Amino acid sequence: MSRRARLLVFGLGAAGLAVMFAFAVAGMPPFGTSEHLYRDLAVPAALQHRTANVVSSVNFDQRALDTLGEEVILLSSVIGTAALLRPTRGEVRRPTTRGGHVSDSTTLVSYLLLPVTVLIGLDVVAHGHLTPGGGFQGGVVLATAVHLLYLAGRYESLERLRPLTWYVWTEGLSAASFAVIGLVGLAQGSGFLANVAPLGSFQSLLSAGTVPILNVVTGAAVAGGGVVLLAQFFGQAIGTTRPPTRRSTS
Amino acid sequence: MRIFAYAVAGWLVLVGAMGILRSRNLIQATVSLSVAQSGTYVLLLAVGYQWEGAAPVFSPGSTPTSDVVDPVVQAMALTDIVVSATVTALLLALTIQIEKTHHTVDPDKLQQLKG
Amino acid sequence: MYRGLASDLAPLAVALPIVMACAVLVVQRWASRRLADLLAMVAAVAALGLSAALVAATKDGRVVTWSGGWEPRDGRSVGIVLVVDQLSAGFACLAAGLTCCALLYSWRYLEAAHGHYHALMLLFLAGMIGFVLTGDLFNMFVFFELMGVSAFALTGLHIEEPDSVQGSLNFALINSLGAYLSLMGIGLLYARTGQLGFAQLGAKLAGHPADGLIVGAFVLVTIGFLVKAAMAPMHFWLADAHAVAPTPVCVLMSGVMVEMGVYALARVYLTVFATSIPAPVVQRAFLTMGLLTAAVGSLMCFAQRHLKRLLAYSTIAHVGLFLIGFALLSPDGLAGVALYVVGHAGVKGALFLLVGLLLDRFQSLDEGKLFGRVGGRHPACWMFLLAALALAGLPPSGPGLGKAITEEAASAAGYPWLSVVFVLVSAVTGAAVLRAGLRVFLGRGHRPGPIEPAHQIGAEPKEPETEHPLRRTPLTMLVAIGALLAGSIVVGVVPALAQAVGRGAVFFSDQAGYFNQALFAVPAAPAPASAAWWSWSGILLGAASTVLAMIIAGISLHVRPPERGHFRSRMIAGVELVRRLHSGHIGDYVAWLLFGAAVLAALIGLPLLP
Repeated sequence: MSRRARLLVFGLGAAGLAVMFAFAVAGMPPFGTSEHLYRDLAVPAALQHRTANVVSSVNFDQRALDTLGEEVILLSSVIGTAALLRPTRGEVRRPTTRGGHVSDSTTLVSYLLLPVTVLIGLDVVAHGHLTPGGGFQGGVVLATAVHLLYLAGRYESLERLRPLTWYVWTEGLSAASFAVIGLVGLAQGSGFLANVAPLGSFQSLLSAGTVPILNVVTGAAVAGGGVVLLAQFFGQAIGTTRPPTRRSTS
Repeated sequence: MRIFAYAVAGWLVLVGAMGILRSRNLIQATVSLSVAQSGTYVLLLAVGYQWEGAAPVFSPGSTPTSDVVDPVVQAMALTDIVVSATVTALLLALTIQIEKTHHTVDPDKLQQLKG
Repeated sequence: MYRGLASDLAPLAVALPIVMACAVLVVQRWASRRLADLLAMVAAVAALGLSAALVAATKDGRVVTWSGGWEPRDGRSVGIVLVVDQLSAGFACLAAGLTCCALLYSWRYLEAAHGHYHALMLLFLAGMIGFVLTGDLFNMFVFFELMGVSAFALTGLHIEEPDSVQGSLNFALINSLGAYLSLMGIGLLYARTGQLGFAQLGAKLAGHPADGLIVGAFVLVTIGFLVKAAMAPMHFWLADAHAVAPTPVCVLMSGVMVEMGVYALARVYLTVFATSIPAPVVQRAFLTMGLLTAAVGSLMCFAQRHLKRLLAYSTIAHVGLFLIGFALLSPDGLAGVALYVVGHAGVKGALFLLVGLLLDRFQSLDEGKLFGRVGGRHPACWMFLLAALALAGLPPSGPGLGKAITEEAASAAGYPWLSVVFVLVSAVTGAAVLRAGLRVFLGRGHRPGPIEPAHQIGAEPKEPETEHPLRRTPLTMLVAIGALLAGSIVVGVVPALAQAVGRGAVFFSDQAGYFNQALFAVPAAPAPASAAWWSWSGILLGAASTVLAMIIAGISLHVRPPERGHFRSRMIAGVELVRRLHSGHIGDYVAWLLFGAAVLAALIGLPLLP
């Protein structure tokens, strides 16, 4: 279709959907309503399992099956990206040489921030059942921390700190552990992904049963997955040379 | 105020779709898809909002109450964000391979799949 | 509440492929290819066993499993429920069975991204099983995405082929956009009800006449599923993805993933919206869209000479028939569709694998280039022709039985003329496959000319999917094809299967029963014995469409292309116009996706305006 025809078809569709959406919004409950049915069930359920962060309770206890799926989606995309960006015939992974200039202040700040960021990441994961945050958020922070080395201008040291196989294993084993923890509940007769660990006391580090355990597992999976994912793209941008003949074909 | 958040949500989805449609660069199309998806975050969080509701996290010292914003939509939005990140990663990986095989990332110039 | 082994089966069937996929991922670094093959096969067979056990356990109703042990009190729960009935267990069986055949086909020979392929196939399987077993709308979205993400990656696996990566990108973008529209719908529904389980949602909406929000939520939620089901005009991605995906992946996508869109549509309408959106409105809307899909699919199917694309468009045509079958909104219609889906999966899977064999031996997928090159003495020849006839509805094949039962349900619903549609669509798609088979294997008719520059697809020589072009066909590949064909025939020959599907369809459409069993553990009322089996009219219509397919194939083989200005050449120009809409341009696809959504909104919303 020509650009104009495409815009016309889109315009008709978008207008139709906009009208439908307007009708739908007209039937919405008032914004900021105090009526939240699921919330009224979820908050007592979280307290019953002594979980101070209700969002974590929903994610890792009440609707843990969603989170298992979510983690497997991440796993699937990590494997998928690795498969899609694998070196093809004729492509060479060359050892990287230092390229570009990084100012000393950037290097200094990156090195200073590295331990701080790792600590923050661990903290966010470990307190996921008590304070805002959790495995996903903390895992992302951890994966970012490793890449501060790149900002410091040391792609080689990043590669040395990053034996990729280890991270792949971390990712795979953590995702499997999530499912296996779920199966433990099943084996005990409490149900798949049931909160079977001791609940501890409310608002303390050791509380909420399996929620912190699953948080740690998720944090490891997300950190591992994030590093592997970014490594694929780094490999494309920095570490791959294409065979020279391919460009001439177009 | 009543419909403002919902209107923003609908607008983001349509404008994101429009971005994919008009895009001359697959990276822009990928980002446009994320724009469309952010409409779903806005809708979900708006649905769970409550005037004067507290955060659904009970810090030491506070008394647990049910007057909090809906934690379920927040959990759903978290899932949604993970989905968005994964799909973006895959699309970018595919874009890299398209650039290698087609030597362009302009959708108008990709001619492999006609008919 | 009854808690036994049966209720453990559903989560096990989801978790097992996930754990095994992780195992494949971890061992792939140092293990041989053989071990990855073996692990994946063990996982798929185990998932098949678990799903089969679920089919047996759901004979008299549903198996309800609350994850996390959040059993409902007074019908309320914060947990996610898995509700399995015969049809969902059957679907899980189909997915696992096809995965077994696909893995058998790729056993040792198929060159694949080492280990990645196996892990992705298992995650794809886990996504599909979770998708059909869940009884929760948001959980369904999660598994929908898992299914999607693994399928996107699998489709693009041949990264050196330009069309492969582009097809995968189109697939990923369009399906993701559809999924986000679904999530908007889930948000709207959640705002109204504060619930996410199908049973709870249905109970909340019961007795409320449809208003703007309910219609909007229904249309948006189903868009994602309809994109997956390739309903016209949201079908464009399917041909692109199927034409380029590795052959075993095509088997899964064409045989079961696409049909899951129809499954989800039926599940969501029948458990959530059935009491608020009146049946006649939904019926008219999906009859219209189904007819359009069937027409576009069969037209485009007949116009193809790229074999994988030809099969892909035939899938679109059949999805049109499945949508029509759903639109009848009767248990018999659903039973017919379910049997049709299983029969179609076997036949279509076998056809894709046969085409894959041709690719591996002759490095082409073009009907013209393969003309007469294979020879009629190869076992593939007779398998291909038999599959073509079964696709056309030859009794007693599975597709024939499904078609016959759906036709009867259509007559019972007051649409006897739909039989004509079913006969025509299956005849045309069957004829296209038959024509291709006769040309490729037996060299019948005249040789098609060189490809016009306008349709470049298949023009370039293709790389085989195996490491080297095959000299002879490995036994594992032939066994996989034979198993698929045999499965498809068994569906049409064993009455017990049709009986089970018939009963399952009754449970599937019983909203009150679903609600009571999911939330209050009330055992299901026994379903009446089903009458789903061959009738004389069904056999006659099946024979008619088979004969018609042969006639059409015969004519198209022996008629020369028309001269300019001739009536037929103008007809071809008309087909050309439709064909040009399938541009491979992502912007076009987005425009049509929104347009299709708006049409559906109008078809459902306008009759309900006060």
